Amino acid sequence: MIIAALRVVTTNNVVHAALWLVVVLAGAAAQYILLAAEFVAVTQVLVYIGAVMVLFLFGTMLTRARIGTESDLNNSYKKLGIPVALVMLVAMGVALLGSFGDEKLPQTDTVVSTQEISDQIFGPYLLPFWALSFVLLAAVVGAIVLARKD
Amino acid sequence: MFVNQFLFLAAVLFCIGVYGVVARKNAVLMLMSIELILNSVNINLLTFALRNGSTDGHTFALYIIAVAAAEVGVGLGLVLLVYRNKKTISVDDLSEMRG
Amino acid sequence: MNLVASESEVLAPLASGWFLEHAWLVPVVPAIAFALIILIGKRLPMKGSELGVLSMFSSLVLSVGAGYQWIQRTNSAAEEQFVEPVIKSWSWWRSGGFDFGIGQHIDGLSVLVLIVVAFISTLVQIYSLEYLRGDRRYTHFFAALTLFSGGMLAMVLADNMMLFLLGWEIMGLCSFMLIGHWWEDDANARAALKAFFTVRTGDAGLLVGIAILYFSANDWTQENLGVSGFSIRGISAWALSGEPNSTAITIAAIALFIACIGKSGQFPLHTWLPDAMAGPTPVSSLLHSSTMVVAGVYLVARLYPVFFVGLDILGSGGNLIMIIGAITIVISAALAFVQNDIKRVLAYSTVSQLGYMMLGLGAGAWLPAVFHIFTHAFFKACLFLGAGSISHSASHHSFDMKRDMGGLRKVMPITFVTWIISTLALCGVFPFSGFFSKDEIIDNVGNNGYNTFMIVGLVGAFMTAAYMTRATYLTFFGEPRGASAGENSHDSHDPHDAHATVSAHDSHDAHDSGATHGPHESGLLITIPLMILSVLALGSGFLNATPFGENWERMKLWVEPRAVEVIDAKHSGGPGESLVINLPNAEESHSKSVCGSATPADGVCFAPQLQHAKFKWSKAMMSMVIVFLGMALSWILSSRLFTKRDPRLVGLTQRVKVLGLGHKFLVNKYYLDVLYEKIIVRSIAYPIANAAYWFNQNILDGILHGFANSTRKLSGWVYQNIDQRVVDATVNNSATFTKSVGTAAQPTQSGKVSQYGALLFSAAAIGALVLVIINT
Repeated sequence: MIIAALRVVTTNNVVHAALWLVVVLAGAAAQYILLAAEFVAVTQVLVYIGAVMVLFLFGTMLTRARIGTESDLNNSYKKLGIPVALVMLVAMGVALLGSFGDEKLPQTDTVVSTQEISDQIFGPYLLPFWALSFVLLAAVVGAIVLARKD
Repeated sequence: MFVNQFLFLAAVLFCIGVYGVVARKNAVLMLMSIELILNSVNINLLTFALRNGSTDGHTFALYIIAVAAAEVGVGLGLVLLVYRNKKTISVDDLSEMRG
Repeated sequence: MNLVASESEVLAPLASGWFLEHAWLVPVVPAIAFALIILIGKRLPMKGSELGVLSMFSSLVLSVGAGYQWIQRTNSAAEEQFVEPVIKSWSWWRSGGFDFGIGQHIDGLSVLVLIVVAFISTLVQIYSLEYLRGDRRYTHFFAALTLFSGGMLAMVLADNMMLFLLGWEIMGLCSFMLIGHWWEDDANARAALKAFFTVRTGDAGLLVGIAILYFSANDWTQENLGVSGFSIRGISAWALSGEPNSTAITIAAIALFIACIGKSGQFPLHTWLPDAMAGPTPVSSLLHSSTMVVAGVYLVARLYPVFFVGLDILGSGGNLIMIIGAITIVISAALAFVQNDIKRVLAYSTVSQLGYMMLGLGAGAWLPAVFHIFTHAFFKACLFLGAGSISHSASHHSFDMKRDMGGLRKVMPITFVTWIISTLALCGVFPFSGFFSKDEIIDNVGNNGYNTFMIVGLVGAFMTAAYMTRATYLTFFGEPRGASAGENSHDSHDPHDAHATVSAHDSHDAHDSGATHGPHESGLLITIPLMILSVLALGSGFLNATPFGENWERMKLWVEPRAVEVIDAKHSGGPGESLVINLPNAEESHSKSVCGSATPADGVCFAPQLQHAKFKWSKAMMSMVIVFLGMALSWILSSRLFTKRDPRLVGLTQRVKVLGLGHKFLVNKYYLDVLYEKIIVRSIAYPIANAAYWFNQNILDGILHGFANSTRKLSGWVYQNIDQRVVDATVNNSATFTKSVGTAAQPTQSGKVSQYGALLFSAAAIGALVLVIINT
């Protein structure tokens, strides 16, 4: 998964990057399952891989990105990005180590059921749910507005 | 399983995503890097949800997925529009400022 | 009052009276009159002269009253009692520890001179009514004359040196004003200035002397007499107390005498007196013959103890006063021979007589010298007024004897007679007054052991007789010349001498009342004063006629201060107070008083013990012979030279070189004027003026220009360096700085998304790092 992620940011081919992203997303889904979050995993696969990646590919197509290897897709800040990322990693790593140490996850045999999630959504987090629906609406409308030929 | 392994994974993915945002000049690729970041966040959330035995994390992760989808949609719409006007999607060339 | 020991006597209180107590009114009345004349004089019917005459007359009345009461006071004193002067003083102002007062000090000497001054002032003012009739500054003349009298009267009765100095200076001022009365004529103005400055040179000595006396005497006088060091009484007592440091008192005496040299026209400061004849004749007769010039003599007589001790009078050798007096007698008498101007002859005669007075004082002949003041005032004033009468009525305002006078005895009888009387008095012929005073001086000088000086005095008498005879001859005898002969053309102005003009030509303002020209006797207002004065010139000598015995020596009794010790002198013996005197032996102290020779054992002395020569007819005869010789010789020479034009005598000085040189020397007044004006004054004044001018141009202006230049350079430098470089630079640089900051910051606004993202994430990374570090 990490390798895939690395390949996403380093490859020179846009389509390849998209495909590596798919791998990353799939791996993420696998992680979700390990974390006893089946519903989320499935949602991830359906939404992310199914819809978002397709969107990406369509976007690539419509923007005439050249298929195949092309010139360097990195810009001049590449050199700055590595140290930044590293610094962040180190920082987070230290923090994590310091915080959690050898803590283990609790053993559980039961996964989180969908019902629990829906109870959450339609319970305490109802308002964000509605907001989210607005967001989606706005996104759809926006996308149409932006993409129409004027 | 250690808590840290998930968290470390999330951290690494995050950093890679950051690198990608900084270093890529193709707008679409930048958006992809952002997706990486969001996913790492999701892993994080779910880890803690499991650790704490609550389902808040799950809810939130779902929301993030939804938002991310919306955002990609809009983002790509923007990219298309920019491409139509400038014939390029290299973010470096989008600057109209002098200096 | 102390009763001490067994020999004390309570003596009778001294008589006093209203006039003595209020003698301070004598100068006050003329002072008020002066102010009134200045303010309202011009509007009065007689143009202010009536105020002058009235004030003088009232001063005269007050003085005579004071004199009368003084005589009574003297008579009321016991044989050896010191006749205390009537002293009143008031504090005038205090300043810095000094107490300046005014007051009166009336004793015989002051009363005598008061009467003289008041009397002559009155007569001269009456004379001036006629003499200056129609003058252009009639009112101011009388104002100045009145002020002068007030000043001199104040000086005479001053009880302290400050008031004395005040009167002295007022006199100097009035002398200046009066000499320069017709100042439109440049020579008159110059003469006035010369008089003022010459006297001023001497006045420095007065100030120095007063200061030295004050600082030396003040402690002693405060302690013993309760008066300040300015008080004349105090200074006199201090001088005789044996207390003073001999150097200090000698220097003080010399300093004061320098003032006397200036004021009384002694050699070497006599040069102003002849030139002072440029003033109107009444001024000459009042100021420069009888009163003002006597002020110096008065000072010596007043502060006699100071001079007595300081200059060692009656000591073995000659002292400064005697030497100066003797020199003055001779040189001025010599100068009188070569004058053509009648007033100048009289001026030099005055100088010579003042020399006599000084000689007398210097030799210890106090009373004869003071008496000579008295008699000289009368006959000299008479002579001057006579000269004025001649010029007014006969010689048409000319005073030149050789040109405009001659043979006037026929036309001006009264003037002639009074002139002759006064001349005889001046020469010292018995029984005229001069004999009793001048010959007494010569006699006492010889008696006190100064034989050389006595011979000088006799030579002076000879010369006096000679030059007066010459003047008399030229004026009244011989044939009339010039204006006296009736040549009264108005443009016969005498060509002036090189050094002065004494012709009273004043554009014919003061005309005599007789409109008919040709010499004639003067009017009554002129001749009556002449007659009064000549009577006094004849008879005043009898007031102290030594030849006739002690009873005739009135002046000595009344005027001379007695040289006795006064104990408990803090009381000045006013009316109603009895004075206790402790005398060791009352009978013998008549000639053994310690005053002046040793420190008094107890009490104070106010006057030194002096000697009086015993009169001998033989000595008198000798001096008379000398006088007659002089007269005769001069008569013969004058008549031969001037009338008969004897060829041996005419032009003698041109033929004989030595005589010619001597004549020239005399005519140029020993070149003293040249010395003073051209050499001393110019050598000091010109270099000082030049130096001051140089200083002004080069240093003062130089400083100024330098300052301006440096300011200019400084401002230029400031402009270039500070203004251009610093201030502008600051302004420019701040702008540049801002621009560069902007330029530097500009890249952050590049518009590149990736750059923004990079920056964002770097900042986040650093922030995370910081947070982690902080929290661990």
